[in-house]
Amino acid sequence: MGIRERLSGNEAVATAMKQINPDVVAAFPITPSTEIPQYFSTFVSNGTVDTEFVAVESEHSAMSACIGAEAAGGRAMTATSANGLSYMWEMIYIASSLRLPIVMSLVNRAVSGPLNIHNDHSDAMGVRDSGWIMLFSENNQEAYDNLVMAHRIAENKDVLLPLMVCQDGFITSHSIENIELIEDDKVKEFVGKYNPEHYLLNAKEPIAIGPLDVQHYLFEHKYQQAEAMRNAKKVILEVAKDFEKMTGRKYSFFEEYKMEDAEIAVVCMNSTAGTTKTVVDDLRNKGVKAGMVKVRVFRPFPAEEIALVLGNLKAVAIMDKSDSLNAAGGALFEDVVSSMYVAKKQVPAVSYVYGIGGRDTTSKDIEEVYTNLQEIAKTGNIDNPYRYVGLRK
Amino acid sequence: MAYNLKEVMANKPSRLTAGHRMCAGCGAPPVARMILRALKPEDHAVISNATGCMEVSTFMYPYTAWTDSFIHTAFENAASTCSGVEAAYKSMKRQGKLPQDQTTKFITFGGDGGTYDIGLQSLSGAMERGHDMVYVCYDNGAYMNTGIQRSSATPKFADTTTSPAGSVIPGKMQSRKDLTEVMASHHLPYVAQTIAYMNFKDLYEKAEKAIYTEGPCFLNVLSPCPRGWGYPTDMLMEINKLAVETCYWPLYEVENGKYKITYKPAKKLPIEEFLRPQKRFKHMFKPGNEWMLEEFQKEVDKRWEALLALEEMSNKE
Amino acid sequence: MINKDTPASKMTIGGNIYEAGNALEFKTGDWRSIKPIYLSEKCTQCGLCFPVCPEDAIPVNKEGKREDFNFDYCKGCGVCAKVCPFKAIEMVDEGE
Repeated sequence: MGIRERLSGNEAVATAMKQINPDVVAAFPITPSTEIPQYFSTFVSNGTVDTEFVAVESEHSAMSACIGAEAAGGRAMTATSANGLSYMWEMIYIASSLRLPIVMSLVNRAVSGPLNIHNDHSDAMGVRDSGWIMLFSENNQEAYDNLVMAHRIAENKDVLLPLMVCQDGFITSHSIENIELIEDDKVKEFVGKYNPEHYLLNAKEPIAIGPLDVQHYLFEHKYQQAEAMRNAKKVILEVAKDFEKMTGRKYSFFEEYKMEDAEIAVVCMNSTAGTTKTVVDDLRNKGVKAGMVKVRVFRPFPAEEIALVLGNLKAVAIMDKSDSLNAAGGALFEDVVSSMYVAKKQVPAVSYVYGIGGRDTTSKDIEEVYTNLQEIAKTGNIDNPYRYVGLRK
Repeated sequence: MAYNLKEVMANKPSRLTAGHRMCAGCGAPPVARMILRALKPEDHAVISNATGCMEVSTFMYPYTAWTDSFIHTAFENAASTCSGVEAAYKSMKRQGKLPQDQTTKFITFGGDGGTYDIGLQSLSGAMERGHDMVYVCYDNGAYMNTGIQRSSATPKFADTTTSPAGSVIPGKMQSRKDLTEVMASHHLPYVAQTIAYMNFKDLYEKAEKAIYTEGPCFLNVLSPCPRGWGYPTDMLMEINKLAVETCYWPLYEVENGKYKITYKPAKKLPIEEFLRPQKRFKHMFKPGNEWMLEEFQKEVDKRWEALLALEEMSNKE
Repeated sequence: MINKDTPASKMTIGGNIYEAGNALEFKTGDWRSIKPIYLSEKCTQCGLCFPVCPEDAIPVNKEGKREDFNFDYCKGCGVCAKVCPFKAIEMVDEGE
């Protein structure tokens, strides 16, 4: 059995990193993820881990150093938030295109400007097409579990892509909750050893990484990345199955909450799912057939699977904790509705933008969404598919 | 062991092969090749390279001209990329994940764009953190890869595509940044300024010292560009000579804070000698522009005198 | 060898190359418009030209003596001819 503890989301992540014991961690402080490198450098200073900690001068260098370390043949990890991720942006694409299974903890925060240190998903949404596997976590337990599974997914020979584990800044990163940790030796065994086939520090086989890739080649290299992302779907489920054997905790592409007979549902990610579940429970008590889908695997996007789950609803609301500013709807909304369209599922769907810049999203706000869904389900009318909740208009 | 060019050329392998696509007469490949020859043949190296002429023409898929392990990621981060590789080496060596008898050295190459300008932060960070690596700037005094735009290493008055010599503004209006001094201010174990001159002795010896001095070391190597500077391709070694003999590019090293000028011209040549063969300074020789030559000379003199003073001061007991 | 007809499935991932120094397979000799002629009878093996070639096209043997140019790679820049104090390298038009 696991170890019962009470940890914040950041502590949970740092604990997972300690148990993974990567070869290199390179990180630069930024609220709200700062505590992760803080805790981790304490492990380094006390000799609890074998890691070389590189206290870089910027996030750009953090990702550059992770790329160098991973290419060298080591396991490299980092953590960041918001503008830190924005500053890494160039290197985020390079990490995935060089096919380096770096693992990052992203503590979601609003990207400036104006400056705001609180939670939304605008940082993650900015890199959604960068070729990283993106896992979202409702709470500290999921942030921890996702990180323990991360390397097995990223380093799989059919995948070889970097992976980020997201959790909500402050809401989960700084709140202390119960958690069940896995014993050190079990994590070590589960994660396993990293044995890259080709790496810079193999003196017997010097290799070259990062060419000028002209028009005869880049298209094919991008296709290989796309293939790897498609392959990741299978691997994510396999790793989840093994993880369930070890812990009894079940993971998939998304969590379905009371969806069996649901007529209306909300699709969301991260901590909002917790609030939404209590609203669903209340509605169920009132006889409303409400459900919820919490997306865990945002990249690769489980298009067919999500269309299957949502396909028979009478109305669905997709909640985005960032605005795509495209005059059409949020990023998750677009992925979900295009998945349903391709699967020939015509379900009335609305986009809700919420919680920007750390705006509290209360159960009242979520209730409002379900109330509107009931109306849409009844009439089939959507006058405006691009909506906001919790906003002073 | 005393430097012997023939022995070096005969016994130490070239680690930057032919078949690269640098321009004919480019000053950078002989520099890079000689620096790599300073490696012990039995030692493995990881080369990190900033985006630039050297990178795009030595590693164009599917061909690499490097015989050692090589990584290029982006323009401004060759130093931090290298620092990650070096950190992994330290970590993996300590954990017994690499053969105990393996010695890997870490060498970064960046042009002046990737070093003086966009990569300065990454360089400064990596040097301050003390990674065991050598950063080599091959300074050709402009962004040559994108078509000769001015950099902070571009000398004053030079005609570049973003500091064109016009009828109102006569070329670049600022003097060049003294990056070697900036790096010396990092108090590194070894910082040197060098060039491919005479039989490459100065370059080779400084490279060897930098590679085999523990900790972060920096080399600044002037590396002429026939296209960007506008001189005939065969003049490479002559231009190098003039850069040194006019004291435009003093050869010196700073070892644990002590300055040593490794070559003092017997008779300092006037700066015109260096400027005249280069089209980028052509406008300076038009009648009425004598003030530009005078000003340039004054700046060269000022910096040379300052260097002499630093040498004297830092060697006082 | 990977070339512009290689399908994605046969290309290395990320653009990695696992044969260090394989640029030797890429010949740059056809860039030349003028070419150096090595006049061995005038050469004193002084060594001045040995390290200056950007193309690594002046082979130096184990005895520390240079041999004739490697025209597979020489781009005809003329740096070697210019440094030779003995006029042992002459630049001529490529066609000659």
